[in-house]
Amino acid sequence: MSAADVTSVAYLVAAVLFILGLKGLARPRTAPRGNLLGASGMLVAILATLLDRSIVDFRVLLAGLVVGSAIGAVLAVRVQMTGMPQLVALFNGFGGGASVLVAGASFLAVVDEGLVDNQLAIAAALTALIGVVTLTGSLVAFAKLQEVLSLGGFRGQGVLRAVLAVVAVAAAVMVVVSPADTGWFWLLVGAGALLGILGTVAIGGADMPVVIALLNAFSGLAASTAGFVLDNPLLIIAGSLVGASGVILTQIMCTSMNRSLFDVVFGSMATGGVVADADEVYGDRVTSTSAEEVAMILEVAERVVIVPGYGLAVAQAQHAVRDLMRTLNDAGTEVVFGIHPVAGRMPGHMNVLLAEAEIDYECLLDMDQVNPTFAQTDVTIVIGANDVVNPLARTDPNSPIAGMPVLNVDESRTVVVIKRSLGAGFAGIPNPLFAADGTLMLFGDGKKAVLDVVAALLNA
Amino acid sequence: MTLLIALTLFVLAVFLGMELISKVPATLHTPLMSGSNAVSGITLIGALVSAGTDHSTLTTLLGFVAVVLATINVVGGFLVTGRMLSMFSSGGRKRS
Repeated sequence: MSAADVTSVAYLVAAVLFILGLKGLARPRTAPRGNLLGASGMLVAILATLLDRSIVDFRVLLAGLVVGSAIGAVLAVRVQMTGMPQLVALFNGFGGGASVLVAGASFLAVVDEGLVDNQLAIAAALTALIGVVTLTGSLVAFAKLQEVLSLGGFRGQGVLRAVLAVVAVAAAVMVVVSPADTGWFWLLVGAGALLGILGTVAIGGADMPVVIALLNAFSGLAASTAGFVLDNPLLIIAGSLVGASGVILTQIMCTSMNRSLFDVVFGSMATGGVVADADEVYGDRVTSTSAEEVAMILEVAERVVIVPGYGLAVAQAQHAVRDLMRTLNDAGTEVVFGIHPVAGRMPGHMNVLLAEAEIDYECLLDMDQVNPTFAQTDVTIVIGANDVVNPLARTDPNSPIAGMPVLNVDESRTVVVIKRSLGAGFAGIPNPLFAADGTLMLFGDGKKAVLDVVAALLNA
Repeated sequence: MTLLIALTLFVLAVFLGMELISKVPATLHTPLMSGSNAVSGITLIGALVSAGTDHSTLTTLLGFVAVVLATINVVGGFLVTGRMLSMFSSGGRKRS
């Protein structure tokens, strides 16, 4: 077997390991092993690549691998779980950036040798565009999530985006028509970079789960198209596996928010629909409660559902909620969590935050699992969530959130809402749940309110 | 590899990816995303060839930066996924 054959077989092994790894990641019990399989696949691929005879200088490689490993390890070990969306965005961006550079280096080398054909030029242009949009888009998403950038949209943004898109497409065509003029390639990269920035800069915080999922899909797609440039089957396979998973997650997030991908990217809120006046909805029907009263209700409850929103993470109330759960469990009360798909800042984020607080993952129920059980629930505690528990989504076809999947907490006997104020959520509409007969409002900071309830339970 | 074979691989892998991912419970969406993100760092093997091939200073430089970025993606991605997954515990295992 020649060295090239060995490399090919090793790439096949790596592809199989990636597939088994992704399959493993689909179930909680097998997920840690899935992750290890994926990492082993990567190691096999790297080692096989080092056999490539066109590699003459290993010093540069070693330096790059060491520097990258060190930075990656430090980032991975130091990140807080609340900062996970930023980190994944950053990693997505780096992956996209690497694909652009690889496609660029390979394209330039082939052009120098005068061996460029249409197929390679098209693949290089696509990789450059997708990769650089992923890079700059991810960096903007990172900055927004990290709250170092709070820029919104601006007038004329749509026009500017359209102009840039035209420039990018024109440059891409020129890369194919006239590959020897490498200036077109760099113009394409530049226009794509600006497009990535303009595409994400106006996207609101609540839409971030969609954006991160989409950028994840893009980073996979960029790796895949880079595979067409390099004529490398492993890049094509691994990249498109990741691209497909990103697309599915994007779809799930869009459905959960009742927003089309178009609305998210082009920043239009669902328009139309009649927004009720807050005073009219709330009137004097809102019942305020105290931690002691909530404790008394919880004492006689048999089944309690806790519905966390991102407000819970903002208040750093995860551990307080864990204490509440254990206190209730000790008294023989069943406690589960009902988690809306967009409860966090990225898909599944809330589950990770609660897992970090040592809450058993089997107590974390998806929307579809928890919704049929609210009718048999004595008390539902909503912490820092609003739109995802708004019954108007079901009952009012004229509401801006009509049709959005929500948690039907209003079906439980008593609902306790822990919230700072009656302020509206992202959708900007009042929530009739807060004024419903079975609802008690416990106003205050999420963490303090939960700790007060725990103290009241222990003192009783 | 002819274009047709490359396209075949691409399309089949897309379908396979959709099949693999569509059954993942929401609890695992974040680790799945960071894990699959690490896999997309596979572009690293392309970067290694670009950086190691003695073509021109420019391509070596581009390759070197690509190696660094892709390695951050790969190493950081798998590590942070492992870190997250180690926190997921169930009643069967004892609380740490």
